[in-house]
Amino acid sequence: MTRYTSVTDADRSEMLATIGVSSIEELFADIPAGVRLSRPLSLGQGSSEQEVFEEFRALAARNTSAEDEVSFLGGGMYDHYVPALVDSIILRSEFLTPYTPYQPEISQGGLQAMFEYQTAISELTGLPVSNASVYEGPSAVAAAGYVAKHTNRRKRFVVSRGVHPHARECLRTMAGAWDMEVVEAPLNQGTTELPELTDDVSAVIVQQPNFLGAVEDLETIAKAAHEAGGLAVAACDPLPLALLKTPGESGIDVAVGEGQSLGNRLDFGGPSFGFFAATEALMRRMPGRIAGETKDVDGKRGFVLTLQTREQHIRREKATSNICTAQALNALAGVIYLSWLGRRGVVELVELMLQRTAYARERLTALDGVFGLHDRPVVREFALELDAPVQRVIARCREHGVNPGYPLGRDYPEHENGLLVAITERRTRADIDRLVDALSAAVAAEKPVVGVTR
Amino acid sequence: MIREADDTLTIFERSKPGRRAFSPPELDVPERPLDELLSPELRRAEAPRLPEVSEPEIVRHYNRLSKRNFDLDTGFYPLGSCTMKHNPKLHERIAALPGHARLHPLQDPHQAQGALELMWRLQEALGEIAGLPHVSLQPSAGSQGELAGVLLTRAYQEDRGERRTKVLTPDTAHGTNPATVTMGGYEVVKVRSDTEGNVDLDDLRAKADEDVACLMLTNPSTLGLFETGIEEIERIVHGVGATLYYDGANLNAIMGICRPGDMGFDIVHFNLHKSFTQPHGGGGPGAGPIAVSERIEPYLPRPQVVRREASTNGAEPFYELDHDRPKSIGRLRGFQGNYGVFVRSYAYICSLGAPGLREASETAVLNANYLLARLRREGVMEYVPVAYERLCMHEFVLSGEPMRRELHIKTLDLAKRLLDHGVHPPTVYFPLIVEEALMVEPTETETKETLDRFAEVVAEILKEAREDPEVARHAPYTTPARRLDEAGAARRPIVRQAM
Repeated sequence: MTRYTSVTDADRSEMLATIGVSSIEELFADIPAGVRLSRPLSLGQGSSEQEVFEEFRALAARNTSAEDEVSFLGGGMYDHYVPALVDSIILRSEFLTPYTPYQPEISQGGLQAMFEYQTAISELTGLPVSNASVYEGPSAVAAAGYVAKHTNRRKRFVVSRGVHPHARECLRTMAGAWDMEVVEAPLNQGTTELPELTDDVSAVIVQQPNFLGAVEDLETIAKAAHEAGGLAVAACDPLPLALLKTPGESGIDVAVGEGQSLGNRLDFGGPSFGFFAATEALMRRMPGRIAGETKDVDGKRGFVLTLQTREQHIRREKATSNICTAQALNALAGVIYLSWLGRRGVVELVELMLQRTAYARERLTALDGVFGLHDRPVVREFALELDAPVQRVIARCREHGVNPGYPLGRDYPEHENGLLVAITERRTRADIDRLVDALSAAVAAEKPVVGVTR
Repeated sequence: MIREADDTLTIFERSKPGRRAFSPPELDVPERPLDELLSPELRRAEAPRLPEVSEPEIVRHYNRLSKRNFDLDTGFYPLGSCTMKHNPKLHERIAALPGHARLHPLQDPHQAQGALELMWRLQEALGEIAGLPHVSLQPSAGSQGELAGVLLTRAYQEDRGERRTKVLTPDTAHGTNPATVTMGGYEVVKVRSDTEGNVDLDDLRAKADEDVACLMLTNPSTLGLFETGIEEIERIVHGVGATLYYDGANLNAIMGICRPGDMGFDIVHFNLHKSFTQPHGGGGPGAGPIAVSERIEPYLPRPQVVRREASTNGAEPFYELDHDRPKSIGRLRGFQGNYGVFVRSYAYICSLGAPGLREASETAVLNANYLLARLRREGVMEYVPVAYERLCMHEFVLSGEPMRRELHIKTLDLAKRLLDHGVHPPTVYFPLIVEEALMVEPTETETKETLDRFAEVVAEILKEAREDPEVARHAPYTTPARRLDEAGAARRPIVRQAM
């Protein structure tokens, strides 16, 4: 008997007798002999809890986490401090172990938390309707594309080169299945330069701040998209939205984004959550669960999953999306985190990052052989261009316990020696000074000597 | 216990200007004027109206909410097709180790060897369980795994110069199947079930033509029945050049007993939040890895975790992310997938091993058949007969139609009355081909005593309904909320807190 099952040998005999068969084997009589597995799976014999713990600890020890180095990695996920109360609440069995709230009478806690989450996302984005979460950031961009496709049946997406490379790739993956075209709008001095928009544009998609950290002018982009008769979609980093003009104020129709920075771990990329908010007009085209307020038969306030006729379990092939299981627990962490920050705290936190980021950017771009890739306003991330091979510079910084950031070359070959640097509130001035020293020394050591061919 | 005057106040309604839970770290750099860093025209008019609450209030608020939730750690949760098995506590501990939890997704693979090796080992294990050699862990949930399957089919067939237009799904399929087909750019064609609850082979033959790209099949089906004609289904589908897709929602019945790959499936998705114990979290996170055959491999999503053998003797192999996959369908999501879920599911596989996984499936099937037999013995079959008189696999489907006719309570009423007995109801009104359906999946982690109790409770409720159907029709009575006005909620949606 495994440690997670509870049927004893005596139980088994009794249960088989009740069923009226003489062996477990008989229960599988419907499986044709030709497809049976005639050997045990090749997977090992199982281990004790303690042995499994030690094995997974050893695997963890072979990773260099944000615990082990001073890390300036960002690019879509960020090493923010997650307050203790988040863990303490989301580890409660009542939040951790239920299924999707199909029975609202016994799921009021989860449903109300979804409603609160939707309110918080609506406040951040300035848009009236948020769903209860989608998988994560990049696929949320493709999900926004699906809404645009259904809204106007047009043939083309215009996506900024400032949108996360993974999100652009997700959009391309889906556009192929929809026989739609994806056109990339270039960046000019760090921000999106829209091409002439034709009347076959379904949606214009930008990111705020964009992948290189620059703050985009969403208002101008939304206006251009609407003049062409398309939707305006913004993939947003949620924390900077505490300071920036909101997608709603800027005329954006759909705001999506990666929610990891709101109280979720890095977890090597997941699970986190994606958020999806939109205008009232698009409410019935949205993907995913939405919690709504209502009353029970006694007239007491309560919450339910609502507008379910959009969803796959009701509408099947006519559904607005195929999404079923989303990221409820991660979204719960998000709303707890936002409540912890609060109305004033969220601004204070982002202003702190803004100041430290400005300090880091100023000090780093003052170094010999280090240049700003653009000089647009930024919030907690910016891009540099190095006058030295970036991978070798990173390797040298690492020797000093500093991970200086994400090299841009794979995603932006035009910035072969580009480096993306993120400054969360966990990176202190002392950390930034350490980065300045490490990068300065590394670039000096790796910089090509003028007049000498290396 | 002192009760709050209104236990449905939201965190926003508990807000009071001046309260706070967050104290910011010190500003340790020279402060520059805000306007200089971010000019006023780039900034929002007012701060987001997040709640102003102290830490004790937040804790108390969410603890209070938690008490208005039913959960698997508290009671029986026989929700069909959802595999609500125990979620081992060890998994939360190891997933929280900083080497896993604080590992950045863009970390250089040299500094993430533990994570990449774990992913590679999970790929190997899932491939072995599925009987298919290649695995991508990327899809975020079952529905995204299905989408991957449809896109892989398209890529494979287009590479062969074929452009097919239709995908077949049985009339018992989960809603995600047809929704996925549409999203993947195909037309859905429904295949009937026969009188035994199997795919109707004649209907399948009639509909399987050269325009068909794929058949998506759940096996055991959502009726909890193994497709006895699976070998013939395979011949028909492959006979017209279509792919065979396995929806892994019901994999919990067959681990180590038979394998989708050996049945001829080309593509399989797993729900790690079902068979492999990732906690459901009230609606996610999950993960939906896929396993595929040799001919589908070139099209798998990017990047793939690969193992490079060491060139020198005695050196460790190197694990990396292979982005160079020219025929790939591309990405379905960011980064490498839901790694935290992989940690938990791989721990489960390590804990159980081959014998344990087989035992889990055997016990899941034993428990389901036992519960069905116990319900028979309670004499409830007159009112809630099993939809198909066969041995079931890990779940079974009852029809509440005679109960509705004769006792004047619907499946919904039975479900709601179960809530008063501290039991989560089965899945109701699905699959669609069974009238007043109740789909019961007890899972292997439940005791015989729990199953006995469930059978008795169902009998009790039916007895009560014979005496007075009104009791069930207005249930539940003891839950944090009573029946809610869902129609009203959809008519006039209130989807956020008004301020």
